[in-house]
Order: sequence, then structure tokens, then C-alpha cells
Amino acid sequence: MVDFINDVIAYEFLQKALLTSVIVGIISGVIGSFIILRGMALMGDAISHAILPGVAISYMIGMNYFYGAVVMGLLAALGIGFVSQKSRVKSDSAIGIVFSAFFALGIILLMKAQTAVDLEAILFGNVLSVRTSDMWLTIIIGAIVLLFIFLFYKEFLITTFDPTISKAYGLPTQWIHYFLMVLLTLVTVASLQTVGVILVVAMLITPASTAYLLTNRLSTMIFLSAGFGALSAVVGLYLSFRYNLTSGAVIVLVATVFFIIAFLFSPQQGIVWQRLRTWKHKAS
Amino acid sequence: MDKSVTVRHLHVSYYGKEVIRDITFSIERGKLVGIIGPNGAGKSTLIKAILGLIPTDRGAVTFFGKPIKEVRKKIAYVPQRSQIDWDFPITVQDTVLLGTYPRLGLFRRPSKADKKWAVKCLHEVGMEHFKNKQIGELSGGQQQRVFLARALAQRAEIFLLDEPFVGIDVASEKTIINILKQLRDEGKTVLVVHHDLAKVEDYFDDLILLNKELIQTGPVRDVFQQEYMTKAFQSDFPFMNKVEVGV
Repeated sequence: MVDFINDVIAYEFLQKALLTSVIVGIISGVIGSFIILRGMALMGDAISHAILPGVAISYMIGMNYFYGAVVMGLLAALGIGFVSQKSRVKSDSAIGIVFSAFFALGIILLMKAQTAVDLEAILFGNVLSVRTSDMWLTIIIGAIVLLFIFLFYKEFLITTFDPTISKAYGLPTQWIHYFLMVLLTLVTVASLQTVGVILVVAMLITPASTAYLLTNRLSTMIFLSAGFGALSAVVGLYLSFRYNLTSGAVIVLVATVFFIIAFLFSPQQGIVWQRLRTWKHKAS
Repeated sequence: MDKSVTVRHLHVSYYGKEVIRDITFSIERGKLVGIIGPNGAGKSTLIKAILGLIPTDRGAVTFFGKPIKEVRKKIAYVPQRSQIDWDFPITVQDTVLLGTYPRLGLFRRPSKADKKWAVKCLHEVGMEHFKNKQIGELSGGQQQRVFLARALAQRAEIFLLDEPFVGIDVASEKTIINILKQLRDEGKTVLVVHHDLAKVEDYFDDLILLNKELIQTGPVRDVFQQEYMTKAFQSDFPFMNKVEVGV
């Protein structure tokens, strides 16, 4: 551990990796709280896959991959909303249809592009190779996301909890949904470097679900979720550096360990205590 | 200006199927009004259309002579209880506090005074001791009282409730109807979608009786008649009248 701290002080690439992954842990924990409460866990997975063609096209025309990724993420969110609202196709099917189509298109484009883009790096992330520009991008995205969540906290809370009453209060629930999709896309793009397309969904839903098992207040849940996300990033990065393992996968596994502990031992929801209580009732 | 709600020639359809047809009525301030009719008569649809929650084909709804956009803050709505995620991480007090949001508008957070007001509204419905509970821990009747407290927190002039007495205990029902009568006595207007015909005469001043179209509206004693009820429900109501009508 001391070695790791010394290395962080010594190596700039490690500082960047640490800062980037902590920010990703925090913002995906925050956005993830709303995503899981809205029952949209699949949506996070979908958007992370759907940005692939955007990345490919950006490289083809020599743009920062950020812009293409955001455009494709939003197109996918709109497409999913359109298919599920305008037909009898259920929303999980609509999500599956749209994101796999985008993902397939992305694979072909990346192959055709013959660019230096490493498909593997996009799919699995490589936080140790984060460039300074990527780090700043993550910092800016993080600041934007946190600012908007802070400003519109009331609106996100009420539209998530009670969409019917939100409409009765005159809130534009559809616009708020798409605005959240914009923020989700930004977080997904920021997470690309750290955990990669395939594991973004884990950063969105695992820390948030851990927090969900521990509290009955949304504000507390958001802070806990951000905390678990950041902690998973730090511990995961340390283990990946120490044992030379893929960073994204290790970060996700650390987050999963926190989830398992909460799942078993959460004071109210933990299955161990629930079993014990049932057993006591039966005994008495 | 004593007409608080006016509905004129309202038509609503879902996927091309007519749900309510050409409904016209108006309600005076300070009335407790029941909306009754058989299943599928369009009672909930009517209330949602009045609130502008669903698109209407034709017709107009005004409140104190104004369209809903200008008076939304003054209209409180208690939807059917089933439409909520009961595991949501929110306490009873924070649920009631949502009722203050329309007045707060963008960017403003509930103040200490708002929080006190929420507790006071909980006190009104006899639920202040539950303020720190998660809403899923409550019984059906307690949940309904909390949602009535949220409506109270809005300081509204008009209250619309969709089947508030379904699946709740007798004590909660009594608490709720007493509060609704109290609101009526304070000059508020209260509209309740209701299906238990046995209580109609005790609960309401006026009735809106419908089955896709308006059958009859007016004071309870004029509307709650064999003739109109048979027409609406398309079956007999021998308990209401000595004269039996064959089907």
C-alpha cells in the first residue's frame, strides 16, 4: 500500500488514472442512483454500447471521440423512446433492438476505419493510459453532471418517484427524461477510458444498488453511491496496479464485493439478518 | 366567479376508441362532489382529462374561468394508490414535502418553515408519528392519508381524488372523509371519483353520474334516483326504490 502511494506520487500517469477513475466512480454513482430507481438499468448498458459508431465516425473524420459518442448516445436514447412509445414493443425489447443495431454498426465502422483505434481499449478500457486531455474531459463532464443534479435535484427526485403527480404539477417529464439521458451519455463517455463499454453498466448500477440497500433517503443514497463508486475505483486501481490486472474488471469486482457485503449484512435489508429474524420468530 | 370547475363538451378517446363523450357540467365553490358510474365509465379518465394529464379530442376545461396552465398550483391531485414504487427511498415527511414543490418553483429548496408545514399536514391526517418511516412500511390506509397530507401541503383551492377509499381501513376512510368535508366547509372544491354506492348519500353534496356520457348531475338527492342509476349502471337498484323494473 505504501508502495502504491509512493508510486502515485512518483508517476504522473498514475495520478491521472487515480483522479479520472475516482471522478468516474463518483458521477456514475450519482447518475446511477436515478437510473436504478427509474428502472432503467438496461438503458445505461444500451447507451454505453450505442456510442461505439460515434467513436468510430469521430476517428474517421479526425474529431475528438467525445462529440460523436454523445450524438450517438442521444440518438439511441431517442430511438429507444420512439420505438417503445409508438408501437406495442415493450421497452426492454426496444432497448435490445436499438442498442445491438448501433453496436453492430460500430464494430463494422471500426473495422472499416482501419484507424489506430484499439477496439479492445474501447470495450474494456485502460485507465493507466489516460491522457491529460481525457482527464480534463472527465473533470469537465463531472463538474457539469454534478452541477445539473444539484440544480434540478427536486425535479429529478419527484419525476423519478411519482411521474403522475409530476405531470399534475406541470413538470415536463418527457424533457426531464431526455435531459437525464444526456447526462447519462456524458457519464458513459467519461467512463469509457476507465472501465470500457462493456463494464460501464456495472459502475452505474452496482454502487447505486449497494447504497439502495443501506438507506431510506434518496440524498443519503446518492452520497453513499458516489462513495462506493469512488472507493471501488481507488481499491480497484491499486489491485490492478499491484497484481498487473485489467483495471476496469478489477474496479467492477471491487464494487461487486461491496454489493455482496450489503446484500448479506445491510441492517434492514440484509438477508442474513432477515433469516435470523424469521428463525427467531419460529423459535419463539 | 363562484364556478370553480367548468367542463364543456369534453371528448376523450384512447387509440381511436371513445372513452368519454360530450361531457358538460360545472361545479360551484365549496362543494364536495362525487364522480360515480360503473367500471369503465371513464371516471378516472375524466379526472385526468380535467387535469390535462391526457390529450383530449375536443372541449374545454376552466378553473375559476381560467385555463389549467394559469391555476395549476391551486389544484391538488391524489392519484390512485397503485401507481407508486413503494420501495423508493423516501420518508413519509419527505413525501408530504413534495406538495410544497409547485409553490417553490425551480432552484428553490424547501425551507424550515416548509418542513414544519409538512409535519402540520401530517398531524391533520393523524400520521405525524410516522414521519420518519419509509412509505412502503405503512398500511394502505396510512399511505392514502399521507398522500392526502401531500395534497394539503400544496395549499390548493381545488382537490381531485381518484378512488381514495379503495383498499383502506375504516378508520382511515373516516379520517379522510372528515378532512374532505372540512375543506369543503373552508370553501374549497373537492371532486372524488368513488365507487361504493352505499356511502354516496353520506359523503357528497353533488354528484356527477356518468357512463361514457353524462347521465345526470346536480345535488345528490336529485341524481341518486332509481331512474338515473339504472340508466348509468344498466341494471336494477331495488334498494333505492320500491318500484322494481324488470331487466
